[in-house]
Amino acid sequence: MSSITINGQTHALPDDPRTTLLDFMHQHLQLFGAKKGCDHGQCGACTVLVDGERMNSCLLLTFQLAEKSVTTIEGLSNGEELHPLQQAFIDNDAFQCGFCTSGQICSGVAAQQELKKNRPSTLWFDPNHTKTEDLKERLSGNLCRCGAYPHIIDAVSSTDDSQEVK
Amino acid sequence: MKPFAVFPLHKKHDLVQVESFEHSRFLAGGTNLVDLMKHQIESPDQIIDLSGFEQAYDITDSEQQVTIGTMVSNTELADYAYQQPGLSLLSQALLAGATVQLRNRATTGGNLLQRTRCYYFYDTTRPCNKRKPGSGCAAINGFNRNHAILGTSEHCIASHPSDMATAMTALDATVHTCNANGETRQIPVRELYRLPGDTPHIETHLGADELITAVSIDKTPRGTHIYQKVRDRSSYAFALVSVACTMQVKDGIISDINLAFGGVGSQPWHAQAAEEYLRGKSATTELFEHAADVELSSAKGSGYNDFKIPMLKRTLVHVLTQASEHQNQHPEHEGAIYAR
Ligand SMILES: Cc1cc2nc3c(=O)[nH]c(=O)nc-3n(C[C@H](O)[C@H](O)[C@H](O)COP(=O)(O)OP(=O)(O)OC[C@H]3O[C@@H](n4cnc5c(N)ncnc54)[C@H](O)[C@@H]3O)c2cc1C
Ligand code: FES
Ligand code: FES
Repeated sequence: MSSITINGQTHALPDDPRTTLLDFMHQHLQLFGAKKGCDHGQCGACTVLVDGERMNSCLLLTFQLAEKSVTTIEGLSNGEELHPLQQAFIDNDAFQCGFCTSGQICSGVAAQQELKKNRPSTLWFDPNHTKTEDLKERLSGNLCRCGAYPHIIDAVSSTDDSQEVK
Repeated sequence: MKPFAVFPLHKKHDLVQVESFEHSRFLAGGTNLVDLMKHQIESPDQIIDLSGFEQAYDITDSEQQVTIGTMVSNTELADYAYQQPGLSLLSQALLAGATVQLRNRATTGGNLLQRTRCYYFYDTTRPCNKRKPGSGCAAINGFNRNHAILGTSEHCIASHPSDMATAMTALDATVHTCNANGETRQIPVRELYRLPGDTPHIETHLGADELITAVSIDKTPRGTHIYQKVRDRSSYAFALVSVACTMQVKDGIISDINLAFGGVGSQPWHAQAAEEYLRGKSATTELFEHAADVELSSAKGSGYNDFKIPMLKRTLVHVLTQASEHQNQHPEHEGAIYAR
């Protein structure tokens, strides 16, 4: 039987093919870290890592993810020990209401991996771009209605990008 | 979302086993189709799942062309094209679209066939000939800021939203398909789409059982590549206007030019009249302005999108100026003006 691994635990795929990964996590697994902001791929609050790549879990039908491995905000820490980017969000005061935060952190962790892999962004065609502008572009898929953006960028910039995704 | 059955497709010949295509949809990354199913704009009885379509995940590179499997993600294609000066336009267009999260999931075939972002197509309480044939078009007299100015009809003014398809149109890409009888076709992307006319719900020349398997692009020198996208904010927004251009200039004369527009046409717009007007002439600002006027002679605003006509003209003149100046200085150059 087909299965999906979420934060190291294997689960049977849901019976109803309409179940999105976000709803599967919320309603079947009691994993509420990824948030439902818009449910239409527009806000990034539901961002998780699928085989290490960030995606909007609200647009993923779970049945398409057989044998994939998903990491959510719940899977980033090592027990009580926070992931360095989680700690950086606290240290930099990078959230207000916190609703977008789990998506921001998953996105930030992936962005650091993408930078290490030398993945281009649209700003790489602009000779005058700065590193901060490049990071803003890379994180533009995560909206923050509280407007904590400057501190979010500070947090992501402050962490060592050699940190591996778990 | 309405319940549906799932048919897992592993190879193109599995199409033979599909009983009916009438109420079926192919599902690739789902970043568009799943959203439309949530809104019940699409309500298929059967999903043909392409996630296990293993032959379609590769990019193959031969001497003459690059062939991109339909399931190659927009991220993978953008990365690949970034490394190849001859495909720079594609990388520039892809990286200007959506977000990393979406590009990681979106596929080549799905991007070509994504539906319009017309507000009234999405609002199921309003008439829309594309969504419900014969119901009328709420956009023509409505808020039509993101709508088309080229190729429209009295039945539909929706614009095609894809950046990638605009670059593919400029690069004269070829779409490879296979149908349930095992017949294969190669369709130039410039001939893939249909103008809305009085059947705006029929958007392409593909049959219901016709699966896109790959897209290929010929390897030929095209000179300087520029994709210029103008939008309401500098990231994560669809194009109001975009221009995809490749240009070669020899001794001040435009020897080769490819032009396509995004955000302004009912389909990714091949600016054929402008190309013909420019080819073989010496590159001057006056010429560029005339070329814009030639292409835009049939453009029609609907009120809130009237601004797109002068905006497209200015964007086109800007792009042509940049490309020709760059070619004058670097006649042998291939690809983007600058890439890190
Ligand atoms: C918030 C948001 C912002 C976006 N911004 C941009 C932007 O700025 N620029 C831009 O260009 N795009 C943008 N997009 C659109 C995005 O690029 C498309 O949703 C994506 O490319 C679709 O690819 P997919 O694989 O997910 O397609 P799917 O959703 O799986 O499919 C789309 C359509 O293609 C058909 N299809 C898919 N594969 C095949 C095949 N092999 N053969 C036949 N039919 C097939 C499906 O049946 C369906 O009708 C945005 C999307 C969202 C949600
Ligand atoms: S909830 Fe998924 S992007 Fe907003
Ligand atoms: S902290 Fe409130 S939405 Fe970002």
